[in-house]
Amino acid sequence: MCTTIGHAAGIAGSGRSTQGWFWFDRVWLSYDHPFHAQVEHAVSVDFVDGSRPSGERVAVELTREAARQLALDLLAVADQADAYEAGLMA
Amino acid sequence: MPEESSYERRTEDAVRSTDEYEGMIAETITLPGHGGDHINAYYARPLGAGPYPAVVLFHHRPGWDEWYREATRRFAHHGYLALCPDLYSRFPPGPPDEVAARARAEGDVSDEQVVADGLAGVSFVRAQLVSSGKVALMGTCSGGRHAYLAACRGRNVDAVVDCWGGRVVMQSEDVNDKYPVAPIDLTEDLPCPVLGLFGEDDKSPSPQQVAQHEAELRRLGKTYEFHSYPGAGHGFFYYDKPAAYRAEQAVDGWAKIWDFLSRQLG
Repeated sequence: MCTTIGHAAGIAGSGRSTQGWFWFDRVWLSYDHPFHAQVEHAVSVDFVDGSRPSGERVAVELTREAARQLALDLLAVADQADAYEAGLMA
Repeated sequence: MPEESSYERRTEDAVRSTDEYEGMIAETITLPGHGGDHINAYYARPLGAGPYPAVVLFHHRPGWDEWYREATRRFAHHGYLALCPDLYSRFPPGPPDEVAARARAEGDVSDEQVVADGLAGVSFVRAQLVSSGKVALMGTCSGGRHAYLAACRGRNVDAVVDCWGGRVVMQSEDVNDKYPVAPIDLTEDLPCPVLGLFGEDDKSPSPQQVAQHEAELRRLGKTYEFHSYPGAGHGFFYYDKPAAYRAEQAVDGWAKIWDFLSRQLG
């Protein structure tokens, strides 16, 4: 078990699984044993459709370093997106 | 114990003569678990009249997966009735990693439920016509913790094998409704010898936590055999996880399991 590090949040978006595109409404973040990554622990990000009992899931498993870099990259892109939208409205 | 049964179960390995009959059956069954819920279990047993001792396996947090089915068959190969309940049976079915991810996202399963499911497995194997009546619990990772916990709670098994069970020693902030008691605090109720296999590089349990657990067993006069392997971390039996697998330590660990179970279960 080995950790209890986890965080669930509501989020709206769409993802693509092996079944095709789907809407997800929740993201589950954790740091625990990965299913696929070849490290003892990984930061896992699961986008899930919580509205159905066997809802679909898009999962990624990242090293801590990759998770931090992704967070920074997401923020950078979001900042650029904010600036772009602000420019359009000016 | 009939002579033919003891021949099927060797201390070091399960080598048989090439002209000796060998067979097993392995299948999914259902049995009533916690709260009377019907849960699935993977059940493997030698084909023979027995009597056979039994092992109930508690799967790890990645779920009721291929490794655990193979481990269950391996115990049967060594002459044990082997039963591995699906501790995630109450989640919608699917590929093991999907079901385990679902369990993880919903905060995992409670100790009370897991212990009851495991002890239901004990009752099942003990009731079999081919059972010797002796039962061990075994698990890895969270399953190691669960095996130890169930042994202390059930007080009706003959041996327990804890492979790198994390959070036997728990921080107070980790105690909650699902995990109300740290297993180490139940050590006084442990009814049987325990074999513990650990990696010195593991962080959960850390060498300090293993030492703390060992000290508690010693203080209470319990019979235990703890082995900590240099160069190994968490999950060093998992040949399907190259980053974790340590062949030399795993081979020795399995040998210690066969030796321990042979001595404790007869």
